[in-house]
This record gives sequence, structure tokens and C-alpha cells, in this order.
Amino acid sequence: MNKLNFLKPDINNLSTYLYTGVVLVTLSIFIVFINSFFNKDLISFLPGTISFFLPLILGFIGLHLIRIDYSGLKFLDKVNKNINTNNFNAFLSLLIVFVIIKSLPPLLSWFILDANIAGDSKDVCTGSGACWTYIKIWFNRFMYGMYPNAEQWRINLSFIALAFLGTIGFFATEKFKKYLTLYYVVVYPVIAFFFIFFFISGGPIFFDFSYGIIAAVISIIIGFFIPSKFKMYYFIIVPITLYILLKYVFFYEELIELGKLEALEWVETGAWGGLSLTFIVSFFCLIFCFPIGLFLSLGRRSDFPIIKYFSIGMIEFWRGVPLITVLFMSSVMFPMFLPEDMFIDKLVRVIIAISLFEAAYVAEVIRGGLQALPRGQYDAAKSLGMGYWKMHILVILPQALKLVIPGIANTFLALVKDTPLIFVVGLLEIVGMLNLAKTNPEWLGFAMEGYVFASVLFFIICYAMSKYSYNLEQKYKTER
Amino acid sequence: MENRGITFGYGFLSQESSFDVQFSLIEFDGSHSYFRAYLVGLLNTILVSVIGIIFATIIGVVVGIARLSNNYLINRTAAVYVEFFRNIPLLLQIFFWYFAALRALPLPQDTEAMFGVFFLTIKGFFVPAFVWNNLDIFIYSLMAAIISIIVIRIYAKKKQENYGIQTPVLSISLGLLIILPLLSFLVGGVNASVEIPVIKQLSQSGYTYEGGIKLPPELISLALALSLYTATFIAECVRAGVQGVSKGQKEAAASIGLTPNQVLKLVVMPQALRIIIPPTTNQYLNLTKNSSLAAAIAYPDLVLVFAGTALMQTGRAIEIVSITMLTYLSLSISISIFMNWYNKKIAIKEK
Repeated sequence: MNKLNFLKPDINNLSTYLYTGVVLVTLSIFIVFINSFFNKDLISFLPGTISFFLPLILGFIGLHLIRIDYSGLKFLDKVNKNINTNNFNAFLSLLIVFVIIKSLPPLLSWFILDANIAGDSKDVCTGSGACWTYIKIWFNRFMYGMYPNAEQWRINLSFIALAFLGTIGFFATEKFKKYLTLYYVVVYPVIAFFFIFFFISGGPIFFDFSYGIIAAVISIIIGFFIPSKFKMYYFIIVPITLYILLKYVFFYEELIELGKLEALEWVETGAWGGLSLTFIVSFFCLIFCFPIGLFLSLGRRSDFPIIKYFSIGMIEFWRGVPLITVLFMSSVMFPMFLPEDMFIDKLVRVIIAISLFEAAYVAEVIRGGLQALPRGQYDAAKSLGMGYWKMHILVILPQALKLVIPGIANTFLALVKDTPLIFVVGLLEIVGMLNLAKTNPEWLGFAMEGYVFASVLFFIICYAMSKYSYNLEQKYKTER
Repeated sequence: MENRGITFGYGFLSQESSFDVQFSLIEFDGSHSYFRAYLVGLLNTILVSVIGIIFATIIGVVVGIARLSNNYLINRTAAVYVEFFRNIPLLLQIFFWYFAALRALPLPQDTEAMFGVFFLTIKGFFVPAFVWNNLDIFIYSLMAAIISIIVIRIYAKKKQENYGIQTPVLSISLGLLIILPLLSFLVGGVNASVEIPVIKQLSQSGYTYEGGIKLPPELISLALALSLYTATFIAECVRAGVQGVSKGQKEAAASIGLTPNQVLKLVVMPQALRIIIPPTTNQYLNLTKNSSLAAAIAYPDLVLVFAGTALMQTGRAIEIVSITMLTYLSLSISISIFMNWYNKKIAIKEK
């Protein structure tokens, strides 16, 4: 038998070191586990400080003993390589494991074991855990704000329809793939706007909406039979004509007289709220801020001094001020510059403000992409006789935008995370609703549950977005 | 504007403001002018930004390095932290700390002291204050130390460039930084005593602490949320920076006989810092701008005091909002000018 040297474990006495080490590590984890889950202190007979640090010391010695390079045991090598490379790492690993074990029972008991979800008043929440009943009761408010309960199907229907229309790109056949950009950049936002403006908002203008839908459906059906050469003009002209025809020639008087279609109830934007408002605001701001940002970034590189300095001024101004003051300005200052009888809806003002604000950030991101392109690309495009727009649309932008997908995704994420700020103008999306619910005298003292709930929702949304952008980045990655 | 009866002018700034501010670094009450209210707000904004920047940098650098660790557990823990705090709106985090976490703290009379001198209560964080005698001498000694360190650094650099001899600058400067202020205590007649907060009964059930410094819960939750949120971005900057230095650089440096410390100091860090500093400065700027969210929890920063209370009282929306925006704007433009200059200075000089 070789000589044992506990300060320097080696492979010759592998099993001795291994057994001693594993026993020590297991013992230390076991002590912490029992202490944390069953609240029993196995080593209470020792003096206070020692019993507090004993698991750490035991585990540390144990990990030191099993740190044997090239032991031939796959698992041991893996452990050593990943969490046990040196004393410092071993110590930190142990600390992290202990903290996780220690914090699991309180978290579990708060989230699940001692939590309540049954019943529908706060009386059921007697335990020390979370009161999910609160979330359950207020769920509708957190999702739809003050939107009337009976009308909430309109929001659901709009979102489902928009989500469905948004996924069309995945099902498009090769033949229609080339129209997808046009669809997503022009057609889809317009449809979405109509849905939100006419359907969620409601009111007598709902008639217009139904005409619009009929016109769109008819024109799409006919559109399949039109030769692709004229398709672009067709999709611009025909729906509008159809809409005008429908509205003013065919149906107008008949419907009004018969009163067959009852208008949807008008819901003012002040009553919108909750997560649906978060989606609406983010959606429109995403749509608007991208083209504005694109033009600003092109303008910043323009040769015309007026355009150039205007763009620089816009970008630096919006980037320089905090969003909260921008919203403040839109609610306090902006109306003063309008004629007295003119009134712009708060939601519209907010969307304009956030779009301009985020557009400046998008512009800077895109500028980064434009600058990263080698000059040769411009020269090559020009030498083929392309003009400014043709060069940018066909050569420069596809390459530049591909480069900046992560940056744009980050800006969009920031935008989604900025939407709660609209509380400044009195619009209550989900965080605002939480603060309102928190002050309800019936439901005092459940702030924590609400914030945890909203955090989880936002985390899911933003995490999904960032993962999607990562996929996009991988998809469009080309070797250069 | 005219037909709404709105006049325009900045004369109101010297008028007497008749409101009080909860927390201010300089003396302020209703008899002071609106301009002083502006200063109070600005100082509070700067205070929370500086605290936030310091903590965000510390947390960010630690987490960024942890993210590069080859220890799986540390790596994952850092990644979970980054993903979690980055994906939750800052406002939500501020509300969480202010309305949920800090509200769960005990009342002053039930608080147990941390280390005997810190009291974390629902009414705020009470920390001991230093009471100084001859503070100016202490500051002079500190300044003298800093100036001599700069001189030594320049001298050491020259020496290395000319003769290739390295001077242990770090230990010398640390020594100076400790010895000179210490001398001011021993010789210069400076002394500092610590004032520990003491509990005091206000009414039958109302208690508070007296003495020391009181950090209001608004400041704590704001600084906490800002630094935890911004730290995630700084961590990513640090990670990108260190990863951006190619392996060949380290190997080349090691192959010419530099010690691992020298490799880090002379080869890796200068290159990594070139990648790290610009985005990190951006994050500092973002933090400063995000500190305006203070208005949501009534921390008296620039936006709340000036664009909130003062605006409500005077009704001069245009002037006040424009001053507020200009303040932030000049702050960020000056930083971006500085950054452009810095970028140019550290950029690789290509032939």
C-alpha cells in the first residue's frame, strides 16, 4: 500500500480518497438538507460558530480529497472538471449548493405548499404562503384593465386573429414568399390597426370595419387569379375601390335603414389596460419605430446637410432624454401647441412618443450595421448603375440589417420593458393595474404576489423574444 | 398658446417655492426658490445615479467574470441572474423592492441591529455617520496622495519606456493612499468619531432613530433596482470584452515570457477595456436616465421635484419640461462627446 498524503491526493490510493471524500461531501450536504427541510440541527451539540461552518469545512475537505486528475472514472472527472477545479472553485460550488438547498424550502412553501388558490375572497388566505386567489380574482383586470367584462371577447378575438394572420408567413408556399415582406411591412400592420381601432375600440365606425373586411376578403380571393405582374398595384387599388363601393353605393342606406347590424359598444382608450394594452402599445411602437429609425439612420449618412443635421438632431435629442420626460411632455406640453378644438387621444400620443423615442435607438443600431459594410459593396452597387434607393434596398440594407439583428432585438426588448411607463399619462397596463389593485381596501397586503406574477409574465415574454431573435440571427448568418 | 393665457418666461425660477422636499442633500424648505428646488432634484438624481453606478459596476464585473468561469455552477448561477433581471421591466423591479420587499421589514422598535450599528427598518436604513474634526486637512492629505500617485505613475512609465525597468506602482500608490491620510490623523489633528443611531420614541407606538444618516426606503429600493438591472448589462459587456481578446494574444504574450499577471495586465486588459468601456459608459448613461423612474415611488429626484411638484404649482409646463429635458440632454451629450474622444484615443492606430 502506498503512503497516504491527505494534502495531496493522487491516483495511487484512488479508492481511499474517493470513499473518504464522497462520504464527507455527502455528509455535509445531508446535514444542510436535514437542517433546511426538516428543521433539525444534527450538529447542535457543537458550539455555535463551528456548527454553522462545519458542513462547509467537511464538504471542502471532501472535495479536496476527490480532486484527482485523470482518475479514469468518467463521472469523477466530469465533476472535477466542472465544479472542482481548484480550492476556490470548490468553495464557491459548495456555497452555491448550500444556498440553493437552504432557500428551496421557504420558496416552495411560499409558492406552492402554504399558498392558497381556492375560494374567491381574501378570507381563504390564512397561510403564510402566497395568496394566488388574489391573482385569480383580479386576473381579468390584469389582462384587460377596465375593459367591460362582457366585451372582452373582442380583445381575445382580435388577438387570436392577429396571431393567426401573423403566422401566415410560415405556411406560405414558394410562390407567395416574395410578397411576405410586403405583407408584413404594409398589409399586416394596416389590418392590425383596423382590428384594434374598429374592433377593440368599437362604436358606430364598426360599420366601416365590416366593409373593410368584406373588401379585403373579396380582393384577396380575386387576387389569386391575377397575374403576378400587376399584383402589387392590384392590392393597393382594388381593396380601396371595393371599400368605397361597398360603403357608398351598395350597402350604405340599406343597412342604416334596416338597422340590422348593431354597432359594437364604444370603449374609450382610458378603459383599456392590463396585459392587452402592453401588447397593443408594444405592437404599434414596434411597427412604427422601425421604419422611422431606418430613415433616420439613412438620413444621418446622407450627403444633404439639412437632412443629415436634422437626423443627427432627432437621434441625439431622443436618445438624450429619459422616456418618462418624453411621456410627460406628450401629456403636459404637447396639447398646448395644438389648436384648442383639436384633441388627440392619449393612447395615440403615447404611441407616437414611444415610437419616436425608440426610433432613435433603432437608428443608431442600424447605423452600426451600415458602417460595418465594406465600401466595396457601395461601389459595386453603383458600378452596376443602381440609384440610391435601389442600391440600399437590394444591396446595402439586406446585409446591414442582417448584421444588426441582435441590436434591434435588444431595442425591441427595451421597448416592451418600457411600456409600463405609460402610467405617467394615466394609462394602466399590467404594472399600473397591479398598483391599482394593491390599493384596493379589500385586498391590501398582496403586493408581492402581484409583482411576482407580472415578473413571471414579462420574463416569459422577453425571454421568448430574445430566444427568437437568437434563432433569427442563426438563420440569417452567412459566412463573410 | 396666447389664447390659452399662457405666458412664457423663466422669471419664476427666483420665486419662492412653497413646498417641502422629503429628502434633500442641501438645506431646503418652502422659503427657498424654485431654482434651489431644481438643484435639490438634480443633486438627488446625481446621488442615486452615483450609488447605482458604483454598485452596478461592482456587481456587473463580478457577474461578468463569473459568467466566464469554467465552474459550471457559478457560470449557470450568473447566467440565471443575468437572464432573470434583464428580462423584467425596471419599473416593475423598483415597485417590487419598494412596495413588496422593503415593506416586509420590521418596525424601528422591532429591528435588530446588523453588526451593532446598522438598522434596517421599514422607515429606512439607518447607518452611523462620521463626525469630523478638521475635515479639510484630511481632504488635503487625500489630494496630496492622489497627486503624488499620478506623478509616480508618469515617472514609472517613463522609466519603463527608457530603461525597461518596472516599478511596483500599485503597492506604492496603495501605501501612499493609506499612509498620508493616516498621517493626517496622527499629526494633522484630524479626528473622526462615529455617531451611532439611537432609537427614540416619538409617540406611544411611533419610534424612530436619531443620529447617524437615514437612507429613505425610496433611495434604497431605487438604487437596488437600478444597480441590479444595469449590472446585468454591464456583466454582458464585460463578458463580451474579455471574450473578444483572441486566445492567440494570450498565448503570444505567454510565449514571450510574461507571467500570467503580466499577461492579464499588459495584454488582455488593455484590449478588453477597449471593447468594454464604450458600451459600459452607455449603460451608465442609461442608468442615469432610468433614475428618472424615481417619480413612480416618490423619490424626490429631478423629475419628481421639478417636473412634478414645481410644475403643478407654477403651471409653467413648457419652461419646466424644457429645462428638465435640457439637463438630461446636456448630460448625455457631454458624455457622448467624451466617449467619442475616448474611442478615438484608444482605437487601434491603423496604418
